[in-house]
Amino acid sequence: MATTMCIPKYVSVLLLLLSASVAAQQKTDTLKAVHVNAQRIPENINPVTPVQTLSGKKLERLNSLSVADAVRYFSGVQLKDYGGVGGLKTINVRSMGTNHTSVFYDGMMTGNAQNGQVDLGKFSLDNIEEISLYNGQRNNIFQTARAFSAGSVLYLQSKIPQFTDSARWHGKASVKTGSYGLINPAVLWQQKINQRLYSTVSAEWINANGRYPYRMRDRKYDSTATRLNGNVNAFRAEAGLYGTLRDSNAWSLKYYLYSSARGLPGAVVGGEFHYGQHLKDQDMFAQGSWSKKIGRKYSIMANARYSNFYNVYTDPEYLNQERLLINHYRQQEIYASIANKYDITPWLETALAGDFIVNTMNSNIDRFPYPTRYSELISLASRVHFRRFEIQGNVLATLVQENVKAYAGAGNKQEYTPAISLAWQPFARKNLWLRTFYKNIFRMPTFNDLYYTYIGNNDLKPEFVRQYDAGFTYTTALRGRWQFFSIQADAYYNRVNDKIVAVPSKNLFGWSMMNLGLVVIKGVDVNMSTAWMPWRDIMLNAAVAYTFQDAQDRTTGAGSHNYGQQIPYTPWHSGSFTAGIDWREFNLNYSFIYTGERYNQKRNNIFNYTEPWYTSDVSASWRHHQYKLTAELNNLLNQQYDVIANFPMPGRNYRVTLSVNY
Amino acid sequence: MMRSLFLTVCSLLLLASCRKGIIIPSIMSEEIPGFQRQPDGAGTVQGFYLLNEGNMNMNKSSLDYVDLINGAYVRRTYEAQNPEVVKGLGDVGNDLQIYGGKLYAIINNSNKVEVLDAATGKRIRQVIIQQCRYITFYKEKAYVTSNAGYISVMDTTALQETARIPTGRNPEQMAIAGNKLYVANSGGYNPKNYERTVSVIDLDTQQELKRIDVAINLHRIVADKYGDLYVTSRGDYYDIPSRLYVIDTKTDLVKKEFPIGASNICINGNLAYIYCVEWSYHTHKNTISYAMIDVRSETLLDRKFITDGTDAKIEIPYGIAVDPDTEDVFVTDALDYVSPGILYCFDKTGKQKWKMETGDIPAHFAFLKK
Repeated sequence: MATTMCIPKYVSVLLLLLSASVAAQQKTDTLKAVHVNAQRIPENINPVTPVQTLSGKKLERLNSLSVADAVRYFSGVQLKDYGGVGGLKTINVRSMGTNHTSVFYDGMMTGNAQNGQVDLGKFSLDNIEEISLYNGQRNNIFQTARAFSAGSVLYLQSKIPQFTDSARWHGKASVKTGSYGLINPAVLWQQKINQRLYSTVSAEWINANGRYPYRMRDRKYDSTATRLNGNVNAFRAEAGLYGTLRDSNAWSLKYYLYSSARGLPGAVVGGEFHYGQHLKDQDMFAQGSWSKKIGRKYSIMANARYSNFYNVYTDPEYLNQERLLINHYRQQEIYASIANKYDITPWLETALAGDFIVNTMNSNIDRFPYPTRYSELISLASRVHFRRFEIQGNVLATLVQENVKAYAGAGNKQEYTPAISLAWQPFARKNLWLRTFYKNIFRMPTFNDLYYTYIGNNDLKPEFVRQYDAGFTYTTALRGRWQFFSIQADAYYNRVNDKIVAVPSKNLFGWSMMNLGLVVIKGVDVNMSTAWMPWRDIMLNAAVAYTFQDAQDRTTGAGSHNYGQQIPYTPWHSGSFTAGIDWREFNLNYSFIYTGERYNQKRNNIFNYTEPWYTSDVSASWRHHQYKLTAELNNLLNQQYDVIANFPMPGRNYRVTLSVNY
Repeated sequence: MMRSLFLTVCSLLLLASCRKGIIIPSIMSEEIPGFQRQPDGAGTVQGFYLLNEGNMNMNKSSLDYVDLINGAYVRRTYEAQNPEVVKGLGDVGNDLQIYGGKLYAIINNSNKVEVLDAATGKRIRQVIIQQCRYITFYKEKAYVTSNAGYISVMDTTALQETARIPTGRNPEQMAIAGNKLYVANSGGYNPKNYERTVSVIDLDTQQELKRIDVAINLHRIVADKYGDLYVTSRGDYYDIPSRLYVIDTKTDLVKKEFPIGASNICINGNLAYIYCVEWSYHTHKNTISYAMIDVRSETLLDRKFITDGTDAKIEIPYGIAVDPDTEDVFVTDALDYVSPGILYCFDKTGKQKWKMETGDIPAHFAFLKK
C-alpha cells in the first residue's frame, strides 16, 4: 500500500486499520527518542535525513494556491516561476538542477521522461495533505528502488480518508475567487464503505484569465502594461480506494486525471509584449499498491502504475508555410515494483527492491525517433539502528536499454551508485542529533536531451551529482509559555559533473545538448521554528528558513568562459519567515519570502544583474461551525519583480476562499 | 532562543532592504589596450558600430561603438543616448547599416527597426516590421526583409512603410546589382521543404521578376563590383553541406559553385573574406573553416586572413568586417552565445592587433564615415 508505506506519518492515522504495518513500526523506532513531549513538539523533525515538511494546518496557513507556492518556504530551494496562475513552475534543490529532484505523488514517482521537469503549478493544494522535501533520500529502507534514484525527493501526499469517529462519510466543498479572474470550486468526498474499505473522490476546476498589471521601470522610463495570454482552464479529478484484508494485507488504488489549456505569455522584450502560444495538457495515471507482513520479520510491498501524459503546443505566429505550428507529444510509462524487507535482528534490517519501468514517447515533430526506454532498478539497503545511533546504506543498480524506431538511439547504460547516512545522538537527555550523508546519483538524459529534433544529442552521458551533507537537529520542549524550539541546520557540498547544458549549434535559434560543465555548490540550509502561548487561547507560531549558496561554474576546457562565476538564477542568500496567531476561531498569518541578488546569465556582470525580491503575504481566516472563510492578500507591498528575466510576476493580488466541511 | 530567532528575522529584513536597482553607467567608454591604426592617406572611416544580438528572450541586444581615431570602445550607446525607450534596444539584433546619416538597427525578435542619428546615436524613429531580418538601400528607399515572406519598403525621409513586395518564404539577406534587388529565400521554418531560390525584384517597378534556383536554405547574398553575387546555402545540417555559389547578374544564372561552406562573407575590393561554422546533426559538432576568394578571377586563394593561430581560439566566428582604409579585419567570437563575446582586430597580414570583450553575441558592423 504505497500511499501509507511511503509516507509513514500517515500510517499513524491508519494504525487502527494496519495493526501490523511495518512502515509504522519503523517510524516509531526512528522517532521514539524525539517524542519527549509529543503534544508540544512538531512531528516533522527527522533527525536522520534533512527533511522539511508542510502539512495540515501549517500548509493551510500559507497563502498558496499550488504546491509551487508552498515549496518557496523551504530552505535550499529555488523555484523557477514564469509568473501567473498558468506559468511554468519548477523546483531546483540545492542548485543541482531541476532534473535532480523527483516528485512522488501518493507514494509513486510522477516523472517526466520528456524533459525531466515536473510543473508544480499543476498540483493544486486543494487535495494535498502534506508536502515533504528530502535531501538525498527518505530514511526508510523499505521503499521502491526508484525512491533511491534522485538527488532529492519531493513527496506530495493527497488527503487520505480518516475516520476516527462513527461517521460514515466526510465531505468538503470550497470555492476560491480573486485576482486574475480566478474561479476555483472544489469538492472532496470520503466514504467509509465498510470497516475494511474506504473511498475518496475529489474534483476541482480552475479558471482564470491570468491578466495582471505590471510595471517596467528604469532611469528614464516608467511604463505599465497588462500581462496577457496567461489564461488557464484546468480540471482535476481523483479517485482512491483504500482497503485492508485479513492477515495484515493492505492495498490501495488511485486514479488521477488532469486536463488543462493555457496561454503562454512569453518574454516581455523591447517592442514585443504579447504572444499567442498555447499549451494543452492531459495527464492521467492509475496506480495500485499492496503490502503485507509475513511472520514477524518479513514484509513485502508491490506497486504498479500506468501513466499517460499528452500535450499539444500551438504557435499561431510561427512563420512556416502553414503559419501554424502544432506539436503533439505523448509519453507513456508502465511501472512495476516489488520491495522486500527482512529484520535480521531487532537492530539490523535489510531490504531489497526491484523496479521495472518502460517509457515511450511519440511526437509529430520532424525526424522524431520514437524512443522506448527500459529501465531496471535494483536497490539493496541496510539499516542498523540503536536508540542513539543509526546508520543506513544502499547501493542502487540502474540498467537502461534504449530502443528507437528510426535514426540513432542512445545505447544502453549501466550505473551503480551508493548512498550512506549516519545519525548520532551524543547526549541521552538532550534531543540533539548529529547527522551526515553522502550520496552519489545521476540523472539520465531526458528524451528531449537525446532526441528532440535539432536539439537532442544521442551521445549524451548521464549527469552525475555527488552530495556531501553534515548537519544537526535540535528540538526541545520548553516550560511555561514557550512551547518548543526546534532547529535543523545542514552544510553541504555538491558536485555536478558532466552537466547537460544547451550549447549553440547551427545558429542562435538552434541549440544542442552536451555534457559540458562542472558545478560546485557549497551551501548552508537552516530551519527554525517555535511556538509561544502568551495568553490562554492565544497561540503564536513562527518559523524561519535561510539558505546560503555559493554555486560556482567550474567548467574548464571547452566552454570555460565563466570559471568561478555564480551560476544563473542562484542567489547567495534566500530565506523565508512565517508567523501565525491563533485565537479561538480566528487565525492570522504573515509570510515573507526573500531572494537575494543573482545573475540571469552565466557571467556575473552588471548587464546580467537581477535585483533581489521579497514579498509579504498576509491572510486571515475565521471558522464558524463547519464553515471557514479565508482572505489572502499577496505581495502586500506591490513589489514588481521577475524571478526569470523578462517574465514579470504579479504585483499585489488577493484571494478569498469559502469552504464547508461535513 | 527567542533572541536568535529575532536576530535571524532582523538580518533577513536587513538583507531585504538592499534592493538598489540596476544602474548602468550612461557612457561606458574604455580604452582599447594595444590599439594602433595607421590609415592610408587621409582615411575615410572614423569608427564603427557593433550590434550585439543578445540571446533570445533575454532582451540583451546592445549597440557598441568602436572609435578608430582614439582607440576607444564605448558600450551600450543606445541605452546611454535613449534612456527613455521602454526595455531599451530590444531582443536579438540582426542587421546594422548606415545610409544618409542614419543608422538602421534591425531588431528581429522585437519586430522593429530602430532608426538613429548615426553621429549621435539618438533615436529618430522606430518602425515596426514583423520578424525583420536584413536591410539594404536604393535611391532613398530602405528595403527590409521580413521572415513573414515579404520585403517592407520604407522611405528613408518619412521613415514609414510605403509598400510590401512578396518574396519566397523566410527571406534573408539582399543585394543590389544595377536596378535589381536579389533576395536569398531560406524557407528555414520548414526544414522538410526548404526554399532554394533567389528572388529577383525590379527596383523601378517593385515587382518580382523571377526566381533563380540555387540551393536549399539560402542565407547570405553579397555583390562584388563586377556584377556578381556571392550566395551562401546553409545546407540541411545533415547530409547536404553548406556551399557558396556565384550568380552572374547579367544572365541571372548560377555560374559557379565553390566547394566550400560559408556562413558569412564580406567583400572588400577584390577580396572576399569568408568563414564557415557548419553544424552537423550526425556528429553534433561544428566544423569551422576560413577562406579567401579573389572575386575578380573567382578563384579560391591560399591566403588566410588569420595567420597567427588565433583562429584556433575562436569558438564561434559570428561577424566579420574589413576596414576599407587599412584592410584590417574585424572578427567576432560569439563563444557560447550566453557570455560576453570577443571582438578581434587583425592587420592585413593576419596578425592580431587587439581584442576587446563585447556584449553578448557580437555580430553586425556599420562603419561610420568621416
